[in-house]
Formats: sequence, structure tokens, C-alpha cells
Amino acid sequence: MLLSPALAISAVLFTLGVAGVLFRRNAIVIFMCVELMLNAVNLTFVALAQSLGMGGQVFVFFVMAVAAAEAAVGLAIILAVYRHKQSVSLQNMNLLKDG
Amino acid sequence: MDLTVFWIFGVIAMGSALLCITRKNPIASALWLVVTLFALAALFVLLDAQFIAALQVLVYAGAIMVLFLFVIMLLNLGRPGPTDIKGPAGLLIAAVLAGALLLQLRVLSQATVPSAIQLPAGTVSALQQQQGIIGSVANPLFGTYLIPFEIASVLLLAAIVGAVVLAKRKL
Repeated sequence: MLLSPALAISAVLFTLGVAGVLFRRNAIVIFMCVELMLNAVNLTFVALAQSLGMGGQVFVFFVMAVAAAEAAVGLAIILAVYRHKQSVSLQNMNLLKDG
Repeated sequence: MDLTVFWIFGVIAMGSALLCITRKNPIASALWLVVTLFALAALFVLLDAQFIAALQVLVYAGAIMVLFLFVIMLLNLGRPGPTDIKGPAGLLIAAVLAGALLLQLRVLSQATVPSAIQLPAGTVSALQQQQGIIGSVANPLFGTYLIPFEIASVLLLAAIVGAVVLAKRKL
């Protein structure tokens, strides 16, 4: 009964996350948008778990573990880049760009 | 009644997500994202996932967002400066691509679950009555999904070691 509103909200949240990744330059904000996308997917899993069994809720547990690992490593990378370049803007991260 | 509450929290989640991606100040962004995560926790409760909702508040709104705020404040990114939002061309491309994605997701969510694999209504609530709210998640987690659970613990160990190595000035 709540399935279709949940899928609609999840679609909007995922789209907002993708839009944020596309039009921001701050690496930390982009990272937060990725977390937003992961949460949108979690909402889909929980909504479908109602009609397809508890496997969906268990999978949300794993998504949260991966998100925590990703946040720890990603923020450590951002810290290392900031120490190197004094900036977290993706415009300045063009070391591999030719010319 | 449930549907009204669901939409109220859904609108809160979508509105604060929109504010999160449009605020210039990263601290404001992070705090709006916390509001989104809390609203999502409320949606999880309405979808019969009380344990996941508690985890959402503890792990996401508690641990992960504190880590984000900590790094933002450590790097002193909250000070006023030039905006990091791309110019009109970037905004237009982002809007077009996001619109296309939203359209695809809407079409995709019209698909119905085949009735052959669908559980009868109320199965999850009955399972929660029988095994308890935590027990109904823990039983599959430590039974069917035991190997993925162990792999997740190795992943978390690797993440701890990786974060320490990356953030250290000199090893």
C-alpha cells in the first residue's frame, strides 16, 4: 500500500543526489550527495522488503556497512588531497589531465 | 492516516535533500542532509523496519554525518568564499540529465512485483510478532547471509586500516 509512494520518494531522492554530483565542485558536498543516493536505494530495499521478505532489510544493513567504510576512506582521501593542494575543489584535481 | 504521515515525512525528506544540494555552505548542506536522514528513518518505521530506522539514526545521522562535519570543520570550509556551484551551462546539463533519470525511474517503478514471488500482505508484521523486531532481521543475517556478514567485517577492517594510512602525515 505504501510501496508506490516509497518508490516515488526514492526516485526523487536519487535524482537529487545525481543532480548534486553533477553541478557541485566541492568534493565533500559531492560525497554527501553519494550518501543521499545510497539512502534512496535503502528506501527502495525497505519498501520492497514488505512484499518480498526480510532479505531486503538485511541488505540495507550491508549497504550501511559499505557506506560507513566508504565515508571513512573517502574522507581520508579528501584530507590527504587537501594537505597536498590546500583545496577540496574538483577543479584543482586535474593531475592526470593531459596538457 | 499512515499514507498522510508517510507523505509528510517524504516531503520533508525531499525538501531538505533539495536544500542540501543547493546550500553554498558545506556545514548547512551537512545539517540539511541530517534532516533528510531523520525523515528517512521515520519512513522506515512506517514501512515495518523499526530496527533499520534505529540503525539509520545511530549509524548515518550519528556516526557518518559527525565524521563529515568533523572533516568540514577540520578543513575550515565553513568560511564564506566563492560558490562551488557550476555556471549556467553546468546547471543546464545537470538538470537535463537528472530529468531524464527521474523519467526513467518513474517508468521503472510502474513495474509490478510478480505475484508468484510476492508474500501475502501482513507476512512481515506476523514474522515480527513471532520472532521480535530485531530477531526477524537477525535470523536471516546470521543464517542465510552469514558469509556476507563475515566479509563485511573484513571490509570494515580494511577501511579502518586504509583511513589510518591515508590520513597519516608520515607512516
